[in-house]
Amino acid sequence: MVEDLWLNPWLPVMALATSMVAALVIFMLPEERHVLRTALNLGAAVAKLILVIVMVWGVFHGLEYQLSFTMLPGIEFELKADSLSMMFAGLSSVLWLLTTAYAVGYLENSPNRSRFFGFFSLCVASTTGIALAGNLFTFFLFYEMLTLSTYPLVVHRGTATALRAGRSYIIYTLSGGAVLLLGMAWLYAETGTLDFAPGGVVEGSPTPALTAIFVLLVAGLGVKAALFPLHGWLPQAMVAPAPVSALLHAVAVVKAGAFGIVRVISDVFGIGFASEAGLLLPLAGLAAFTIIFGSVRALFQQDLKRRLAYSTISQVSYIILGICLAGPLGMVGGLVHLLHQGIMKITLFFCAGNYAETLGVHRIDELDGAGPRMPATSVAFTIAAFGMIGTPPLAGFITKWTLGLGALEAELPWVVVVLLASSLLNAAYFLPIVYRLWFRPRSDAWPEEVRWGRLETLGWLLWPPVLTAAAVVMIGVFAAMPFSPLSWAELVVNREYRP
Amino acid sequence: MMAWLMAGLLFTPLAWAALSLLADFRAGWRLAWFGMALQATVAVLLWLAIAQEGGFYYPLGGWSAPLGIELRVDGLAVTFILMTATVATACGLHAGFYLDPDKPWQRYFWPLFWFLWAGLNGVWLGADLFNLYVGLELISLSAVGLVALGGAADALRASLRYLLAALVGSLFYLLGVALVYGQFGTLSLGGVAQLAGEHTGLPGAGLALALMLAGLALKTALFPLHGWLPPAHGIAPSPVSALLSALVLKASFYIAARLWLELGEPQGSYGVAQLMGGLGALAVLWGSWLACLQPRLKQVVAYSSVAQIGYLFLLFPLTWQVSEQVSQQAQQGMTLQVISHALAKAAMFLAAGNLILSTGSSRVADLAGVGRFLPFSLFSFGLAGVSLMSLPPSGGFAAKWLLLQASLASGQWWWALVLVAGGLLSAAYVFRIYRASFQEASGQDDFHHPPRRLEAIPMALALLSLGLGLAGDQVLSVMGLPFEEGS
Repeated sequence: MVEDLWLNPWLPVMALATSMVAALVIFMLPEERHVLRTALNLGAAVAKLILVIVMVWGVFHGLEYQLSFTMLPGIEFELKADSLSMMFAGLSSVLWLLTTAYAVGYLENSPNRSRFFGFFSLCVASTTGIALAGNLFTFFLFYEMLTLSTYPLVVHRGTATALRAGRSYIIYTLSGGAVLLLGMAWLYAETGTLDFAPGGVVEGSPTPALTAIFVLLVAGLGVKAALFPLHGWLPQAMVAPAPVSALLHAVAVVKAGAFGIVRVISDVFGIGFASEAGLLLPLAGLAAFTIIFGSVRALFQQDLKRRLAYSTISQVSYIILGICLAGPLGMVGGLVHLLHQGIMKITLFFCAGNYAETLGVHRIDELDGAGPRMPATSVAFTIAAFGMIGTPPLAGFITKWTLGLGALEAELPWVVVVLLASSLLNAAYFLPIVYRLWFRPRSDAWPEEVRWGRLETLGWLLWPPVLTAAAVVMIGVFAAMPFSPLSWAELVVNREYRP
Repeated sequence: MMAWLMAGLLFTPLAWAALSLLADFRAGWRLAWFGMALQATVAVLLWLAIAQEGGFYYPLGGWSAPLGIELRVDGLAVTFILMTATVATACGLHAGFYLDPDKPWQRYFWPLFWFLWAGLNGVWLGADLFNLYVGLELISLSAVGLVALGGAADALRASLRYLLAALVGSLFYLLGVALVYGQFGTLSLGGVAQLAGEHTGLPGAGLALALMLAGLALKTALFPLHGWLPPAHGIAPSPVSALLSALVLKASFYIAARLWLELGEPQGSYGVAQLMGGLGALAVLWGSWLACLQPRLKQVVAYSSVAQIGYLFLLFPLTWQVSEQVSQQAQQGMTLQVISHALAKAAMFLAAGNLILSTGSSRVADLAGVGRFLPFSLFSFGLAGVSLMSLPPSGGFAAKWLLLQASLASGQWWWALVLVAGGLLSAAYVFRIYRASFQEASGQDDFHHPPRRLEAIPMALALLSLGLGLAGDQVLSVMGLPFEEGS
């Protein structure tokens, strides 16, 4: 079953092409071809998922899928499927399928759908490219493409608030991209290579120039990863439609930043080099601060999506904190959270979108009694919220447990304190919502109620959060099974430490 | 074979110019189809031939160097010829569909178009200073004519201003040429370079270089001599603006670059190199800033040209007394910037023309709602914008990467900051247009849809400029070592 076929180098290209071609065709489609557009969207998502599954199977058995050509003298365009890239590609392809289904339902009967789904597909194509990039140059190429293709999604509604959010998004992300480019150009001038390799490519002893390059690269990537103080765009961008928020928070944008930081630390500088040079501890401190800061800010938000946005700022920094612990267990904890946070956060945003679309509810104090009215959505929300808090045996618990062990292994007990404090804060901002959902009676009518047949809401909107909530339970309970996020993260770390 | 290709290349534009003088706009348009097809074929064949066999000197009419005119056909020249053929054909096709054939002045479009093309080919191939001057004059005069084509008072005023700048520029250049002739007794670029290398520190030669560079900088609209450009490029009909921004500016820059690479080392100085680079940097910042403030769409695009031209002048400090490798990187970066800006800017002006055609207004503010009704032209505009913002994978990005490498490797890190800041500023004016068109305001929702063929042309150009970055290595390999003297 696992052989070196002639087709193998083309698999990453095909995975990229599925959504790219879908985007081009969708742009050309007239606005009213709903059925064809939906079929194309879902078909491309399924095709990509199958390709990624094939590659995951191959990578597990030690194959490498690689394709490269020379773009500029000395600069290669390279796509490569290794264990780390499959982690991100797997996340984005699974969640893309669900988000596409959700978006079909969410945008029913709204204008500009060809434009929306075209850019939506481009956005996922960029994410796949980021995952499969075999060197920093290729990574940058898709990283900037992601910025450009998400802008039209953020401003999709065309209102003054949406345009303002888009403006702030683009100023933050393009400036981040410019800083990243500067760091990358300097890195190339200094070392002569931009390759990714397990254990890093930077050699020799730490120099001030290398420290400056590290700071530039992390600052450039930290904008998308919403690292404090570069997080300002994220809460504003929540004016976008719910599927776009899901994309920004769980599938693509913040993940691209966090994934980039993981790549830079583990495959460019190398964990060993970076920790010897004393680069990781300050970053760990910043990540820990961001975790607490995001949670505290989340406490004070009354808008549901805004509270979730601040929660993302906090949660994504777990990934960075994990990798900065500079040990195998910490890295496993960070990597596994890349997937766990994605699945939990997308569930929460799907549910928030359902409350808004079905009941017209946007604020937390309007949620009283929504549980009995929309039981499936509310159960999904509750599971994901408990997952975020870190209740065993859900996904978030696995993350926090592994991270805690990693912190002890690295002899950094203050990290455990941060994890505990963050869990308490998570509980403090999620439990009141859960309480309102289930235990407060509804006295007045819903702001804007819409009814769809037998189900509590439209089927397209209902099934995605139900499935992801089920996944939150499954990946927690079956964390020890092969191909679970936890075992895959262990596989990545094994290959990183024993290349 | 080669002789036929050269003949076709040089004489069809002149012959077509003469023929179209006799015809009206419609007949000239039918004639142009054939001419453009011929020119494009010749350009492609010549490019393929050079890619295989390398460059050569072509004595015009069989008379060789000191007596006759010798043309230098090398990798860079044919690449620019191919670029000219691509952009000019696209603009010609667009003009044929776009311009109103019944306006009386319009019949002069085709003769001027062909004279312009002939001048451009002459400049790319020219090997001596006087021939380059002749080519340059041919270009300037036909460009001025094209701007005046509308006949409106504004257009005449802009074209007079343009004419004045062009003439003053030529005057300076010609003075420099005269000084060179007095000093060295030859006008062939190779000969002058050889003599200048042997006798360094001649005061006359330094002055001559300064005069020629000043004249050419005026013609290229280098900051602070750019005042004539935005009115001229903004008022002209869109296909003309595209030609002017994409090609005409490059001709005078190309001569300046060749002079610098031949004479800069012996006769220039650190100060001159840094001054030219500094003016280029100011052009990038000032031009982009003004582009952000313009209320009219085409003025935004015109000021963007002022900024983009600025990048090219970074060639001067990045090739002066640096290692061979850095100089080569800078030259490659500059060449890619010339080509990608030509393609992207032509695409942008043509797309802007379509947008203006369909909204019926030239103001940026009136674009509200275009994102919904006219995605195709807006998309072309956007893709061209990606290249201007120098984001990957466009040719503009490849150019920026090479220039960044050159500036870091030569220790002139301040140019790297200019490159990065320039990219951000250009994003500011490009996104200003996107933002305006994504607006879902009430108001106009009645748009005139231009025909598909008008929309397809800018899209093709924008895609080419975007793909240039991916094929950068192939394109650069044909350019070979740009500006390298064969003998």
